[in-house]
Amino acid sequence: MTTDDEPGTVGAAGPSGLSVSGAGLTRRPSPDGRIVEPSPGGFFSAGRGPRLLSAGGGRAAVVSTVSTLVVLAALVAIFLAAPGSAQVRHTFFDPHDMWQSFIGNPSKGYYSVGEAIWLNIRMFLVAEVLILILALVIALIRQSTGPVLFPLRVLAMIYVDFFRGVPLLLVVYAIGFGLPALRLAFVSSQSFAVYGVIALTLSYSAYVSEVYRAGLNSVHQSQVAAARSLGLSHGTALRYVILPQAVRNIVPPLLNDFISLQKDTALVGVLGAIEANQAAQIYGSTFFNYSSLTVAAILFLILTIPLARFTDRLIEKDRRRRLAGAVT
Amino acid sequence: MTAASLPATETTAEAIGVTEVHKSFGQNEVLSGISLSVAAHEVICLIGASGSGKSTLLRCINLLEPISSGQIRLLGQDVTRPGVDANLVRRRVGIVFQSYNLFPHMTVQRNVTLAPVKALRMPRAQADAQAAELLARFGLADKRGEYPDRLSGGQQQRVAIVRALAMQPEVMLLDEVTSALDPELVAEVLEVIRELAAGGMTMLIATHEMGFARDIANRICFLEEGRIIEEAPPAELFTDPKDDRTRRFLRRIVEAGRL
Repeated sequence: MTTDDEPGTVGAAGPSGLSVSGAGLTRRPSPDGRIVEPSPGGFFSAGRGPRLLSAGGGRAAVVSTVSTLVVLAALVAIFLAAPGSAQVRHTFFDPHDMWQSFIGNPSKGYYSVGEAIWLNIRMFLVAEVLILILALVIALIRQSTGPVLFPLRVLAMIYVDFFRGVPLLLVVYAIGFGLPALRLAFVSSQSFAVYGVIALTLSYSAYVSEVYRAGLNSVHQSQVAAARSLGLSHGTALRYVILPQAVRNIVPPLLNDFISLQKDTALVGVLGAIEANQAAQIYGSTFFNYSSLTVAAILFLILTIPLARFTDRLIEKDRRRRLAGAVT
Repeated sequence: MTAASLPATETTAEAIGVTEVHKSFGQNEVLSGISLSVAAHEVICLIGASGSGKSTLLRCINLLEPISSGQIRLLGQDVTRPGVDANLVRRRVGIVFQSYNLFPHMTVQRNVTLAPVKALRMPRAQADAQAAELLARFGLADKRGEYPDRLSGGQQQRVAIVRALAMQPEVMLLDEVTSALDPELVAEVLEVIRELAAGGMTMLIATHEMGFARDIANRICFLEEGRIIEEAPPAELFTDPKDDRTRRFLRRIVEAGRL
């Protein structure tokens, strides 16, 4: 099972070429490291495009476009000129294999990567909601001050320390293989996707609760005083005055964590759930052609890039709002 | 004066009573046995240098700060004894801060209606109508849908006063409400306070505006080091202060051209 997590890392680290090659080197033939070069090059230009346009100045736009094309051409040239280029292109970028793995053929023993990505999306959507709730509860417990809640505060602290410290992959294993082994009535008979969602929720809630906490601390004490001075109870003040402002402040880091969550759903593949990465892995080991992994990587990028751009937009909007507020 | 007028249920003449109140932040004693009585419909101004304890006294009366010892009474009821529901007390005591502290994520209208709806369980339609009426009265009718950061400081502070009034408080505490304002915006806020005084609102006002204090106050209290050093009607305190420390303070104010 251990090799299963590896493609997960490829999908996970997709946008940054360096970590892909670093992760790939350990268990793969050496050409791996090089392959990824064209892909970050391509995304480099895609990511830059919108910013180029907004940069304004006509001359600056021309210069940056030309320099981008030059860098891109150089990267492609290096890739094409490499001694193993033809082999790598066949193993990882074969159009026929990419298409076959995308549509799948269960009768021949391999699944559609394009269909399997829906499992990732479903796991992501469910885990996201659960994380938002659990993380908020943990953050509120950690922010509480009453002496009665002291034991809960200690528990919450241990929880966050534990799940931030243990690799997500180990949590996935522990939940995915541990809970069924307990042979409990309801708990032990769930699908791998459910265990995956539980593991993702446990791990990510620890991170997200810290983001919430930072957000709660970012709301000035005078807002608390103003709300309480009107006779609002602690809970009401929290709900209507403090939390909305806190959440507004943490939307960008929160979305950042969710981009990360989207691709970490690939780790659930280690349990045997047929998500995109696992489907790609099966195709790869059936035909000794890893173009299926490229397909999975592209699908993950299609998921994460819109969210990344959306996050940028929100940050920019927030910056402008703050500036406007400062001027008046 | 519908929303802000005093209910007729009041039976005692004393609106706010403060007896021998001490308040320390760690080693630092900010209030050192302060006593004060404010009658219903009376306007009292607290003057004194920064750090003399004016703001802390107001925050203690609103129960935003627990006192170290002493007693605070509101309409004859001891609000500093254990077991008092601070939320109930705060609903009867409006406080306005130097830095407005409006809720930046809500429109003016929502700022004003939040507490009546959530704390007093007032029906939203009634809260909206009351907010509209109060905002119109203080020249803010066209700002109902705006967010606080689109308003000037003076407008924000007037909204903050309206927000406090929407709870129909029996007394109002004003904590240097004009200190953060540009000079040309001070008058509009003082005008609002004058109107409240004319309407019979009981007010305890911490202020650096000596001219305003002289106009509006029934009595002036001069604070220093957490004590009331001198307490007298404005005509007397400003023209014939008895205590050396009051004289020194007023001389500095005059030299600064503020009186």
